[in-house]
Order: sequence, then C-alpha cells, then structure tokens
Amino acid sequence: MNKKITIYSENPFYDKSLKTRHMKATIFKMVTLSSLLFSLGFLIFFLSDIVIKGLPAFQQTYIQVDVTYNEKTVKSTRKAVNKEYRRLVSRSWLRTIPQQVIDNPNLMNTKIKLWILADDQVDQYLKGHHHNLKPKYIQSVDNLVKNNATKLRFNIIFFTRGDSKIPEYAGIKSAVIGSILTLIVTMVVAFPIAVMTAIYLEEFAADNLWTQFIEININNLAAIPSILFGLLGLAVFINLFGLPRSSPLVGGLTLAIMTLPIIIISSRAALRSVPDNIRQAGYGLGLTKIQVVKDHVFPLAFPGVMTGSIIGLAQAMGETAPLIIIGMVAFIPDSPNSIMQAATVMPAQIFTWAGMPERAYVEKTAAGIMVLLTILISLNAMAIYLRKKFEVKW
Amino acid sequence: MLFKTSRNQYTENILKLLLIIAATISIITTFAILFSIIFEAIEFFEMRSFWYFITGTEWSPGIEDSKFGAVPIFAGTFMITIIAMLIAVPIGLCSAIYMSEYASHTIRNLLKPMLEILAGIPTVVYGFFAALTIAPLIVELCEYFNLEASFNSALACGIVMGIMIIPVISSLSDDVIRAVPDSQRRASLALGMNMGETIVAVVLPAAMPGIISATLLGLSKALGETMIVVMAAGLRANLTWNPLDDMTTVTVRIVDALVGDHAFDSPDTLSAFALGLVLFVVTLLLNVISLTLIRKFKQKYKVNTL
Repeated sequence: MNKKITIYSENPFYDKSLKTRHMKATIFKMVTLSSLLFSLGFLIFFLSDIVIKGLPAFQQTYIQVDVTYNEKTVKSTRKAVNKEYRRLVSRSWLRTIPQQVIDNPNLMNTKIKLWILADDQVDQYLKGHHHNLKPKYIQSVDNLVKNNATKLRFNIIFFTRGDSKIPEYAGIKSAVIGSILTLIVTMVVAFPIAVMTAIYLEEFAADNLWTQFIEININNLAAIPSILFGLLGLAVFINLFGLPRSSPLVGGLTLAIMTLPIIIISSRAALRSVPDNIRQAGYGLGLTKIQVVKDHVFPLAFPGVMTGSIIGLAQAMGETAPLIIIGMVAFIPDSPNSIMQAATVMPAQIFTWAGMPERAYVEKTAAGIMVLLTILISLNAMAIYLRKKFEVKW
Repeated sequence: MLFKTSRNQYTENILKLLLIIAATISIITTFAILFSIIFEAIEFFEMRSFWYFITGTEWSPGIEDSKFGAVPIFAGTFMITIIAMLIAVPIGLCSAIYMSEYASHTIRNLLKPMLEILAGIPTVVYGFFAALTIAPLIVELCEYFNLEASFNSALACGIVMGIMIIPVISSLSDDVIRAVPDSQRRASLALGMNMGETIVAVVLPAAMPGIISATLLGLSKALGETMIVVMAAGLRANLTWNPLDDMTTVTVRIVDALVGDHAFDSPDTLSAFALGLVLFVVTLLLNVISLTLIRKFKQKYKVNTL
C-alpha cells in the first residue's frame, strides 16, 4: 500500500483529485441507475397492487340453500329462501324466480337445494375483505361454511353482463361493446384522414410557410390536454350538430380528432424512412407522382403506418377525460347495438365503479383495469412486433 | 401512352385536392377547439366579471349568490403540478441518462419497453391507484408523524402524476441525449475527463434545449391531466400552502361543472369554458416554446429522428 502511494507521488502526471473525481462519477452513475430502478420498481409495485386487488373478482361466492317455488314465492320472491339465509343470496337472483317458473313450469310447488349466487357482502366476508354483515348473518354464513354449502366459482357474470347497481351482478360486457363501437368510429374517421395528411405533407407539400403552419399545428394538437377535446365535442358535435349525447358516434368523433396527430406523426416518419432512390426509379420509368406514392412508397411505409395506428388506437382506448365531458359515463346496463345509442366505454366504466361506495366494486374496478391493461399491453406488443418484423434496413 | 396523360392528370389533381383537404382538417380542428371554447367563455364573461375571475379568491358555484374567483383553483393546479415536476424531472432525466449513456444494448432493449408500458397505462388507472393506494398510505404515514392529511391530499395526486410524467420526460430526453454527436464525448474523454464529468459538463449542456423542451411538454401534460385529479383530488376550491390539504384543479372544476344537470347557458356550466380557455392558452404557450426549442436543437445537430 505504502509503495503504491510513493509511485503515484513520483508521477508528475498524477492528479491528486483523481480519486474523488472517480468516486463522484461512480456516485453519479449509481444515482441515474437508482432512478431508473425506481421507475421499474414502481411499475412492479403498481401492477402487483392492481393484480392483488383485482384477482379475487374473477371468482364469486355461491351458497347452497333450499329454494321453495310456489304461488306465494313467485309473487314475493324474498320468501323463496329460508328466513335465515334470505339476506345472503343475491337480490338479482331472486328477481329471476318468476321467469324461471315460466321457463320451466315443473318447478312450481317444489322445494329444491340449489347453488345460488351469494350477496356481495357475503362474498366480501368470505374473501376476508371489509364487509357490513350483521352478526346474526355472519353466524348463518359460518354455518353454511361448516356444512360445505359455500364455494367459489369462476365469475362468468363479470364477462357476460353489463353494469348493475347490485355489485355481484355487475359486468364489463356493455362497456367492452361500447368501447368497440366507439373505436370503430374513431379508426374509420381518423385513419384515412391521418394517412392522407401524412402523404400530403411528406410527398407533395412544398416547404413553405403554410406547410410549416400545418406542421406546428399538428405537433401542437398532439400535446393539447385531452379534456379540451371533450369541450370541443360538447360544443360542436352535441350543441351545434345536435348529435345524441353519450353516443359512441360523438365519442368516436372526439377521439378521432385526438388520435389524428398521433397517426399523422408516425405515418410521416414511416414515409420519410423510404429512401429517395425508390421514388427516383419510379420517375425514371415515367410514373406520375401519385403512381409512385400509391404503388411504391406507401406499400413500403405501410408497416410503419400500421404501428402508429395501433399505438393511436391503444391511446384512444384508454382515454377517459373527453368522454366524461360528452356524457359517456352514464349507467348503461344493456349493451348498445348502434352508434347512436347511449353507451359507456371501459375506462369510463372503471371510473364509475371507482366512485361506488360498496367495497365489492373495488375488486370489480381492479378487475376491469386488469382486462383493460391486458388489451392495451397486447396492442402495444403487437405494434412493437410489427415494427420489428417489417423493419427494413435500407 | 400519350393519350392517357390527360386522364391521369385529371385523377392526379383530384387526388391531390383530397390530400390537401385532409391536411387542412388538422387546422380546422385547432380553430374549432379555440372558437368553441372562446365563444362560450365570452358568454360567461358577459355574465360575470373577468377581473374577479382572475383575481377573486372565492369559487362557489351552484348557490344563489355564486362567485367565480379562480385564484384558489389556479393555486391547487400549481401546487399539484409542482409536486409532480419535482418527482418527474430528476427521475425522468436520470433514467434517460442511464439508458442512453451507461446501459448496454441488451439492457436498453429490455428497459425501453418497460418505460413504454408505464407510458401506455391509461390515466384512469393511475387515478384509481392514487385514490385507493397512495392517498391512504400518505394519511397513515402522516398519522405516524402526528400530521393531519386529507384523503384527497394534493401530495398524493402530485406523486402519482409525477410518476405518470416520468416516461414523457425520459423518452424525449433519451432521444435528445443520444442525438448529441459522439465526437463531443470522445473529445472530452480524450482530454482526461471521466464518464460522469463528460456527461455533466459536455453532453447535458449540449442536450439542454431538448431537455427543457421535454420538461415543458411534461409540464403541459401535468397541467392538463384530468383523471388522476378528478379521482384523487378534492372538489373544494381551497387556498392553502399545505400539500397535505385537499386542493382542486382547473380540470377537476371543468369536469364537475359539465357532468351536473345544470342548464347549458347557466354561469355554472359556462365557467368550465372560461377555465378551459385558460388551460388552452397556457398549454398552447408551453407547447409552442417546447416545439421551437426542439426544432432549434434539430437544426443545430442535423438530426431527423426526433
């Protein structure tokens, strides 16, 4: 150790501050690394938090109780179940009793043991979450558990039903259909306009003030807060044109305007990456400008255009703020079947559920988020895959 | 072939016209947004004083003697945005530095998609997370230190919003830092500077316009962010310096004014457009400055990839 120091001190080029300088550099590197790790750590914490909250929602409690079918219970369905268990079964299931008797008249005047969807409070109690069950009902639930008369089943209702004020009967189906209708409108409107704008700006427009103005405009549109598009949708599409409020048509148009700049910017980048000699060769063979673009440049840029469109689609799918403004957060129990009907979309459904007071909606919200994130991440993965697969090195 | 030329010319012109019309739509959109907001805002200012709107400290819509002084709303927006930027700028910038300067090719290819996932998460999801996980966490932490925090604290919103903006800042900064020519790094290293010194003294100053541009873009995103604050921030227009207190923002008030069942021409509803106008003007200004800076940077280093 001593020897080393003497060597250094004899060396005329030895910089005494070198050690601290290197230490500082190492610390700097560690700081940058740790901030990156922080972001990733947050991502993991965040995703696991959502999954832990949402996973229980994919299973639902069913309880086995005796159900009596007779004149009296068809009229007042509450009485179909023994008093002790009356509050434990789902109210929405009881409501289906008259329909069950109509569908199957043999049921009349019978008493059978059935597996019935449990009330959300029972569900939450058995999953160990916060619940408002009264002590006497807790007693009867415990009895059921003792007799093996409770079980968890896969929650099919969540995927096959629309929204409901009864938590155990609420599903995401109408929101998914609303999302699909809205996004179809969005893409039908945004894709052609965006691609045409990109082609014009990249292939035809001269670099003059007007073009620069359009360019600045598009870049600026991409950065405008999304809620302002909602104000536009409300003022123009609903108040001026009189289109129906809460409809996928208005939502789709509003999102289309928002998605336009995203698709334009990525399509332009794709067109720009097509080398000029392709165009020169086309002109050399006597093709017109339109022919060169249509038959040669655009097909080569198409994978890039698709990637940009998918990313734009994913963004439109997760957008909520402008849709709240135009009223797409309404309570929609039935799936819409046209673009003029009132509808809701997945993120708006998540927002609605997040505001519900019942604890059961927390897991529904998280489960809805899991469904939405799965779709979004697969869309993005598809975009990345397309980019990798069709990427051409010129 | 010659006789087809005139027909070709004809279709050519029509197609070209179509392309021009498509390109003009973006301009129409911007002006449509501007005018639809301005007209309604003017209607609002015909009913209520503009001066009180920008200097008044009481915001109480919906009651008989309603008052529209937006100062507490601006203060809340400001507070939440500052908290968000305090988190997003250092972390986003440092992540970008690590990814562009230190990380190997493999690690970079692994990390970049992760940050892209973070960027692709819908804001409503962040809002749920802020309201149900971070806000209660902050309340508990504060109880531990004998402080009183609101369940709608500005701090919780700010933290989650900051995390939301990290990828905005890091991805743009990453591109900018990578665009700084390698010759500058090599020159610095050849003079005996180590890697850390080179980054601080050479690379970052060169990339500064781009980094400022990324920050401004993040700032404009924070100001206009809606879902996180609608779900996790308060509704009450509260003028305070305490980040643990509940505060409201411009976007929260816009949403609140428009989801209710008010008549469209009442000042309660129209106040949303007045707030929207302020938001539009401020974000437009930030965006234009940001875009000009990045353009200058591009011209200086002759890069096309940004």
